[in-house]
Amino acid sequence: MTDATASAAPDAAPRRGKSIVTQDTNTRKRNAAEKRFQTYGMIAIGIGVFFLVALTWSILRSGLPAFTETAVTVEFNLSQEQFDEAESQVLKTAAYEGFFVRALQAQLNEEGAGDVQVEEDAVGRIMGNVGSQIREFYRANQDQLGQEVSFTVPASSRVDRYLNGALSREDLTNSRFLEPEDLDIVDRLVDSGVMANAFDWTFITGTDSGVDNPGGAGIGASVIGSFFMMFVVLVLALPIGVAASIYLEEFAPQNKFTDLIEVNISNLAAVPSIVFGILGLAVFIQFAHLPQSAPLVGGLVLTLMTLPTIIISTRASLKSVPPSIRAAALGVGASQMQAVFHHVLPLAAPGILTGTIIGLAQALGETAPLLLIGMVGFVARQYPDGLASGLLDPNSAMPAQIYTWAARADPAFYEKAWGGIIVLLVFLLFMNALAIFLRRKFERRW
Amino acid sequence: MKSVTLTVSALAIAAAAPAFAQSRENVQVAGSSTVLPYASIVAEAFGENTDFPTPVVESGGSSAGLARFCEGVGENTIDIANASRAIRDGEVETCAENGVDEIIEVRIGYDGIVFASQQSGPEFGAFEPSDWYSALAAEIPQDGEMAANPNSTWADVNGDLPEVEISAFIPGTKHGTREVFEENVLLQGCEDTGAYDQMVEMGMSEDDAEAACMAVRTDGASVDIDGDYTETLARIESNPDGIGVFGLAFYENNTDTLKVATMGGVEPSTETIASGEYPVSRPLFFYIKKAHIGVIPGLKEYASFFVSDEIAGPGGPLANYGLVPDPELADTQQKIENETTMSEEQS
Repeated sequence: MTDATASAAPDAAPRRGKSIVTQDTNTRKRNAAEKRFQTYGMIAIGIGVFFLVALTWSILRSGLPAFTETAVTVEFNLSQEQFDEAESQVLKTAAYEGFFVRALQAQLNEEGAGDVQVEEDAVGRIMGNVGSQIREFYRANQDQLGQEVSFTVPASSRVDRYLNGALSREDLTNSRFLEPEDLDIVDRLVDSGVMANAFDWTFITGTDSGVDNPGGAGIGASVIGSFFMMFVVLVLALPIGVAASIYLEEFAPQNKFTDLIEVNISNLAAVPSIVFGILGLAVFIQFAHLPQSAPLVGGLVLTLMTLPTIIISTRASLKSVPPSIRAAALGVGASQMQAVFHHVLPLAAPGILTGTIIGLAQALGETAPLLLIGMVGFVARQYPDGLASGLLDPNSAMPAQIYTWAARADPAFYEKAWGGIIVLLVFLLFMNALAIFLRRKFERRW
Repeated sequence: MKSVTLTVSALAIAAAAPAFAQSRENVQVAGSSTVLPYASIVAEAFGENTDFPTPVVESGGSSAGLARFCEGVGENTIDIANASRAIRDGEVETCAENGVDEIIEVRIGYDGIVFASQQSGPEFGAFEPSDWYSALAAEIPQDGEMAANPNSTWADVNGDLPEVEISAFIPGTKHGTREVFEENVLLQGCEDTGAYDQMVEMGMSEDDAEAACMAVRTDGASVDIDGDYTETLARIESNPDGIGVFGLAFYENNTDTLKVATMGGVEPSTETIASGEYPVSRPLFFYIKKAHIGVIPGLKEYASFFVSDEIAGPGGPLANYGLVPDPELADTQQKIENETTMSEEQS
């Protein structure tokens, strides 16, 4: 201030070293400090961006192969006798697979006349688990028996990794599952167009598969499991959370008891999720006798976890509605409840929705509590056929499914786990984008 | 107003939920992470080849699985516990106290425990149990006294082994594999080196000496892995000198990154384990709650499907994945057929 008035005064001679044209030492120092601070900030952002890019790159690089599969398209003919023979066995799918492998072997030997004979075992190693697909087809279409049918079936996971470049010929030392010579047959099949890379719809729509069948694994069923859990969370946590916060914010008297409740809600938001898992096991499964591995129980546990988040964000958005709105409503004769429900709540709704969606997104990515209520393991095997079965039949959730896959021996499942992460991130991105959109669209500023 | 109605209806749903917890239709299995891969193969095939729903198989470790198994009888308890070791007497007692007094023990086959290191790492080649004891023991008898393990490289332990830091990744105590590792490798090595006899001479009781043999050093040379073999694999991949303890099936699935060392001069394979030449193997089990047979649909069928020749026998999908078939499979099939419980077996 003194500088400004001094230079503003017309007659005052400029003091030595205080010119506004040249910077004095002090100003230079302050400007340099600001420059430095800005550089620190940019470095910090740069580090953040670098890690984000590195993370995205490594996720995409490891996960994208999970969305494609190597498929073999061949004509296949199954006779009525073969069908009856396969159906009479204990392991029917293996019988179908045997017929298919022998048919493909015969076809390969016929085409490559003069070359080395292709062994049955080699064809078996190249092909994935195809028995179940073939059995399902013929059980549904018995009229197709004895006719040429074109099948598109998956090749084994190691052939897939070889064609992706994840596995080289040199890596195949001492492996029972694929031998270097088998790759000659693979190359031949690729050249003749029988074997090709295709989008793996099974990964999107399928269910979990056994450890020896990575080609048949899909995340679809666990997406539905996650969806049912989020449904339970939304139906329970939103009304309970909103009602609790409206009461606490607008009606409850300020006393020791409500203070205690407030402190506890804030503490609850910081409780590790595994604690809710063990609580869920004790209360919902052991005491209330709800079924294990059921999305209903998962949803209830995640509701407990999400409630504090929703209550805190709802109270914050109720607080941000100016008191003048309430005063005006009360002034024209509205009751307290009318003022809240007709005026305050609609204005706070965007904030409540944003908080709810963020809470749901957090719950969607939660694995720890699901470990204890039986949703981790070989669970996500079938699609539910209705609301009740969706809530009560055993199912998994996306993060639990990813965790399960990451623990399996076959490296192809590791790839699937990365692919599952991409699917999960797409859902989270979508939910966060929705939250931002709602906030931008309905937010009001005073 | 709407919000209040919603709250009321939501509470009503929550209250009504136990009412529509219908009878369970699928078999529930939990337990050993070593048995889990085999159980998931069987469960998938069971769902595909029969009209029963696919059983649910959870992981968590043998002890955790058996603890849940022993919680009691009823639809909200598991039907089958997978275990990579036999059930302990204490667990049988806990089971009996909670009303689970009829248990059928099913041995599905054998699993080898192998010692593998990074493909491009040092050449470990051949191990003896004594090498592992000398490398991992917490205290070793020296001049009539117990002293902290002085060995820091494998070459200190055995001149034939490479001169690299001892860095071993062994299964944590919650795994059934740990018990086998302690008994067949550490205890065996302790006896082979004569350390056990020295300890007894020093005046230790036999139990104390055994416990001292199996006590693993905690100075960082040996790391307990409580997770799955994938965690061990990740540790090995980031540490070229590391050596890890794996199941045979896991190793066979990852021969492109791992190489295996022999134990006692024998290379681990399905054949050497079946013949008993390879010293470190253990039987795998599952335990059925007899009270649930006939109540949970498909329980007995799942058990007989599991041990059928087509599944658990030589050439079946389990053997293909790395399980060593049980030569006495026919007896096991008979046992399930007759629903012979453990107490009936003993009498």
